[in-house]
Amino acid sequence: MKAARRLALLAALGAALGACAGDDAAPANQRSTASGATLSAIRARGQLMCGITQGAGFATPDDSGRWRGFDVDFCRALAVALFNDPNKVRFVPYTQQQRFSGLQSGEVDLLANGTSITSSRALLRNFHFGPVYLYDGQGFLVRKASHVGSAGALNGATVCVQQGTTTELNLSDFARRNKISLAPVVIEDLRGAVSALASGRCDAISQDGAGLATTRTMLRDPENYVILPDRISKEPIAPVVRFGDDQWLEVVTWLFRAPVAAEELGIDSHNVQSYVTSTDPAIRRFLGMEPGVTDGFGLDPRWTARVIAAVGNYGEIYDRNLGEKTPLRFERGMNRLWTQGGLMYSPPFR
Amino acid sequence: MVPSPASWRTRGALGQALLGLATVVLLWWFAHSVRGGLAREGITLGFGFLHQPANFDIGERSGLRFTPEDTVGRAIVVGLVNTARIALVGSLLALILGFVVGTLRLVDNALLRGVMRAGVEVMRNTPLLLLLFLLIATLHTMPPPAHAFEPLPGVFLSDRGLVLPFPHTPRFVGFNFVGGTTLSPEFAALAAALVLHHGAHISEVVRGAILAIPRGQRDAALALGMSPWQVSRLVVIPQALRAMVPLLATNCVSLIKNSSLAVAIGFPDVVSVLNTTANQTGHGVEAMAIMLGVYLALSLGVASLLNVYNARILRRGA
Repeated sequence: MKAARRLALLAALGAALGACAGDDAAPANQRSTASGATLSAIRARGQLMCGITQGAGFATPDDSGRWRGFDVDFCRALAVALFNDPNKVRFVPYTQQQRFSGLQSGEVDLLANGTSITSSRALLRNFHFGPVYLYDGQGFLVRKASHVGSAGALNGATVCVQQGTTTELNLSDFARRNKISLAPVVIEDLRGAVSALASGRCDAISQDGAGLATTRTMLRDPENYVILPDRISKEPIAPVVRFGDDQWLEVVTWLFRAPVAAEELGIDSHNVQSYVTSTDPAIRRFLGMEPGVTDGFGLDPRWTARVIAAVGNYGEIYDRNLGEKTPLRFERGMNRLWTQGGLMYSPPFR
Repeated sequence: MVPSPASWRTRGALGQALLGLATVVLLWWFAHSVRGGLAREGITLGFGFLHQPANFDIGERSGLRFTPEDTVGRAIVVGLVNTARIALVGSLLALILGFVVGTLRLVDNALLRGVMRAGVEVMRNTPLLLLLFLLIATLHTMPPPAHAFEPLPGVFLSDRGLVLPFPHTPRFVGFNFVGGTTLSPEFAALAAALVLHHGAHISEVVRGAILAIPRGQRDAALALGMSPWQVSRLVVIPQALRAMVPLLATNCVSLIKNSSLAVAIGFPDVVSVLNTTANQTGHGVEAMAIMLGVYLALSLGVASLLNVYNARILRRGA
């Protein structure tokens, strides 16, 4: 009798496992093939899931535990567009190593965590990228005392890098191109690399320019370190979504463009209300005062106005998190508007 | 009614068969589900990427030649050799340390015994990762290469590691020493952490095995006129070894597995190289499979070596 009971138990267990699998498989299937599935899943869930990577200026919790930063603001903007509430978003912090599996498994709806667009990620790994919201490039942070003026002078140096990024690749490309030798020490956690630089184990840290600005704030004596002017790679930072849901890609794309368009039009969080009565057709279209411009996919036509009121235009988001008045003091450079010699350019809202 | 032995056997066989079948079905279902999931995400599996150029450099190569132009496969081999080097050095030194400390914990000198005990307890009850961070931070406080210690001519000790004078006498050029062979601080810290941690565990195994030999045997051997050294060598240790070997094997296997903590401090072991590979090529599943295979092979290899040794001492004992 005992054996029979044990068998029944086993069968029940098997059936349960099978049933689990069935439940899992169905939404997974929908998730990445059907267009529109992501948006309806977010609406059904009542909140956006946003994958970030912790770092000063980009995503970091403040004293009260509230997430703040450049990446965080873009995710909050999405929550405002979808739910008219900047708090209807959950932030999932990933290491560089975990981020793609987090997105692929459906744990988050998008990554806004400093991922650069590369052809292999788009063509071979089936990720879709929204518009570039930060133009960056890999550089070096060195001790001032080492008297190195440019990256080319680093021949023979030991360079600490964090694992799980394109950094290692760019570093070896740079060394090969310039026929210099750089000894990499690849450390999993950025803090390990920072302490290795501080103690003198490494002569330099190499990562994206904005990352270096963040890293410098992690050192005890940031004034004794300098970011070299060279940029040895192109790092166009863009939001990442899963392959197959065109509708969600479009929503993300236009959301990330809206703050840039607002800055082009001279609209910011303080004056956005006063523009409601504007007679300028471009402004009226952007703010959703004319039908058929911003109201697709069941979005409220006034979402652009609400987003700008909540998080501000691109310049405001940049200055608040990365600009001169922040500890990062990261020069805007390429990220100025195209009208001011930068690369930021939004296709028209019309 | 009392069931006959024959019917018990039939039931047993039936149970085994059903369990086997259930396992097969479960595994099949698992494989099927994984394959379906990967297909949905548009991921195709394959090991073709091993022949692509690696395009990343490895800081420490255990004497192998490696440049970013070499293949991913070769990069993994370099990582594997680094792991093997740490495993070999670590296991050997941990065994020696374990034997010495384990024996010293049984001597008559109370002070020595106490010191050994304190050391073992601290090492055994500290997380290995913490020990590793402590050691690497300590090694980082050494002077910069421009002000390196030179304990012997041509041998330099600095925060870049220990530089030895072969193939050529090292010279300090720009940022670092060139010409010599470097033993990196990462290697030293990882090896030391593994040796201390597992040495402490092994010492307990050794102590336990020796204590398990009945006191009477030692007394009897002494009564026969053997010297204490002869008692240890001829009576106690041969018997204690039998009890020890399986546990020593377990310890060596966990030392090998723990060597993957290398990635935390920047030693390019096989896990570190495979992580980079997965990130660079997108073949995460394959990298994980290789990792699994490597550790399984290493662990089974060590286990079977020690099993052979165990069989030998058991035979000799009988």
